[in-house]
Amino acid sequence: MNSPFLDNSLFRNIYCYLASGSDDCAARGYDMAILPSGLEWLAFALTAFIIINIVINAGLGAVIVYIWGERRILGRIQNRTGPNRWGPFGTLTSVADAIKTLFKEDIVPDEADRWLFNLAPILMVFPVLMVLSVIPFGVGTFVVDLNVGILFVIAITSMSGISVVLASWASGNRIAIFAGMRSVAMLISYEIPMALSLIGVLMLAGSMSLGAIVDAQDIPFILVQPLGLFVFLLAAQAETSRTPFDLIEAESELAAGYLNDYSSMKFGIFFLAEFLATIVASMLIVTLFLGGWRGWEPIPSQIWFAGKTVLVLLFIMWMRFSWPRLRVDQILALAWKGLFELTLINIFVTAILIAIWPEPSVTELLIMSAINWVVFFISIWAVSKLLRPGDYTAPAPREDRPSYPVATDELPDEVAYTGGATR
Amino acid sequence: MTTQVRTEPITVNLGPQHPSTHGVFRMRVTFDGEEIIDVEPIFGYLHRGSEKLAEERTYVQVVTLTDRMDYVGSMLNNQAYMLAVEKLGNVEPAPRGVWLRMIASELQRIASHLVAVGFLIQDLGAWGTPLIYTMREREKILDLFEMLCGARITNSYLRPGGVFMDAPAEFWPAMNAVLDELPPRIDDLDDLLTDNDIIFSRTKGVSVLTPEQMLDASITGPMLRAAGVDWDLRHRDPYDYYDQVTFERPLHTAGDNFARYWVRVQEMRESIKIIRQCEKLIEPGPVRPEHDDVPWLLRPPIGDAYAAIEHSKGELGFYLVSDGSISPYRCHVRAPSLINLTLLREMLVGELLADMFVSFGSVDINMGEVDR
Repeated sequence: MNSPFLDNSLFRNIYCYLASGSDDCAARGYDMAILPSGLEWLAFALTAFIIINIVINAGLGAVIVYIWGERRILGRIQNRTGPNRWGPFGTLTSVADAIKTLFKEDIVPDEADRWLFNLAPILMVFPVLMVLSVIPFGVGTFVVDLNVGILFVIAITSMSGISVVLASWASGNRIAIFAGMRSVAMLISYEIPMALSLIGVLMLAGSMSLGAIVDAQDIPFILVQPLGLFVFLLAAQAETSRTPFDLIEAESELAAGYLNDYSSMKFGIFFLAEFLATIVASMLIVTLFLGGWRGWEPIPSQIWFAGKTVLVLLFIMWMRFSWPRLRVDQILALAWKGLFELTLINIFVTAILIAIWPEPSVTELLIMSAINWVVFFISIWAVSKLLRPGDYTAPAPREDRPSYPVATDELPDEVAYTGGATR
Repeated sequence: MTTQVRTEPITVNLGPQHPSTHGVFRMRVTFDGEEIIDVEPIFGYLHRGSEKLAEERTYVQVVTLTDRMDYVGSMLNNQAYMLAVEKLGNVEPAPRGVWLRMIASELQRIASHLVAVGFLIQDLGAWGTPLIYTMREREKILDLFEMLCGARITNSYLRPGGVFMDAPAEFWPAMNAVLDELPPRIDDLDDLLTDNDIIFSRTKGVSVLTPEQMLDASITGPMLRAAGVDWDLRHRDPYDYYDQVTFERPLHTAGDNFARYWVRVQEMRESIKIIRQCEKLIEPGPVRPEHDDVPWLLRPPIGDAYAAIEHSKGELGFYLVSDGSISPYRCHVRAPSLINLTLLREMLVGELLADMFVSFGSVDINMGEVDR
């Protein structure tokens, strides 16, 4: 059986050890086979199963490590130690948290719509895991290289909005309803700049496949597409609802937002999906803008990919822990008045440049990036000028102002409290 | 043909178990979408009957009750109560004691404003980072209180006519070190927060109160000064030795959330100036009158007295009635937190849900004082 997946070294390494008698495998130097001839379909299924398990478990393991890392870094940013009780440097804290979450009572409120209430966490985590399947983690290390990879990513991530609405509606909780309304407004608004910001990358790479985009990055697209990266970074933050865009679970306003009525592992799954979404978003940023797994020998490509992902995650954490939240109207204004225009500018300029140099060499890419950076700074300046709140007129110096600028006459000059009078 | 989409307002209970109600405050809010159309504040969840309890205690024992009213401004509460007791009992305070309690209350004012600013930013949604920065500075001031009286929050430091104990020798260098460190930290706050575009756009023009509205509701403190009314009891009706020190009263004209925040940050700088002057003017001597003049079991003559100070939240007044016995016949507190809340509805109606807790935080209330 000739498998179209044999270019994938992850797949090949497992499949060819299982299946026997495959000409393709023999041609590539594999001669060991566990399953007898004729069972190639079983080898194929087993391989797929193993790979899916590897990727999902790696993703979940990454979440455990990420939660620990985020809490440690939050601690350092806030001048404290962070978790340090369980395991060396507190590395087992997330494990302890996960165990604790598992053993909590699973409460379904009386007013909840049981079906949707239980369905929502699954719908939340499922698209994020699906996105993992198209990301190339290294040379030949990927689950599948879809030729419409980007389209797939955009389509599948928009499902998370549905799950938030479901969760908030099914809870039968009024505070959760606010989270649902906000998620409809915000997640859908940010889908558009997020999708449009990738069009420049598509034009440069000439393909929608994430593998082909990495191949096309002779210089990382962060140089050629600064506007695209800027918009995508902000939109991805909004999609994963991180501060300053964490409207949906705004703690100081909505308590836990749509999570208000969730407990135990359903809550845990939401949490997992949220953190996994952040990791996946930074993986996408690395793949699309930072050259993916490309780096210099002898460091393996997978390490390059992981290192770049950690760097992007650090940047996202830094943003998250420094800034307060925006208001809902400001967030929508930013999406429609700011980011949307920026993406249109980016598409316009990149299209002109691609029309001039249809198959850009490295030199031409560098010229493009020079032009794009100029456009980047000018357009960001212009948009921030547009969106910036107006200034106060500075308060006048004290000497120029009367003691009572307003309502002077109503106030007595001296107020004497007549205390101590005998009764 | 156009169809009208039918919408209906939602009424939501926010609190008493809500993360940002600064204690156990409850609001029954009616929303139209995200916009607030009605607010009904409900409080009393922390009522402990402090005023009634005071009638069963001696004048000195009541100090511990005042600590627990506004527990981020204990020294200031002590001071207001002591002024009322001194006025009631015609007690002549000892000068060194008065200077010491001025220093203590100005330190407390800085600590209280730090808490107010930190939690305001927390309500804006920052992930605790600015809050922890302000709390770090507050810790240093609490350490100073520990040197003064052994307690950090519920100080009970003041006694009729002064304080119960002189400051230890190592207090003065420690205090100077804290005062030297504070201004750069406040500048840091300015850099991180005041010039921050997000904070500026979130707070500017939100929940504007006019001076007329606030004077009608007898609102005092930084809220009033944020609207440009120069009303500060330390300046208008100087108690203790505030007439011997000079300080600026920071005024802002806007009367919105940002102005309230801005006034608090500036007042911290002024408090540092006051403490520096007190330190120069303080002289050795007894810290409270002789026991024969002012006994622990104080029996003031029959009468009543009202004394008020400029608390970090507004005018804090104590009204005491004496029937000549060892405990007050009646004790009433004019709590700024409660009175500043009276315009909550005017502040919130028409604003968005997101700004609700920011406005609420900018009032800087303390539930211990609202409910007493």
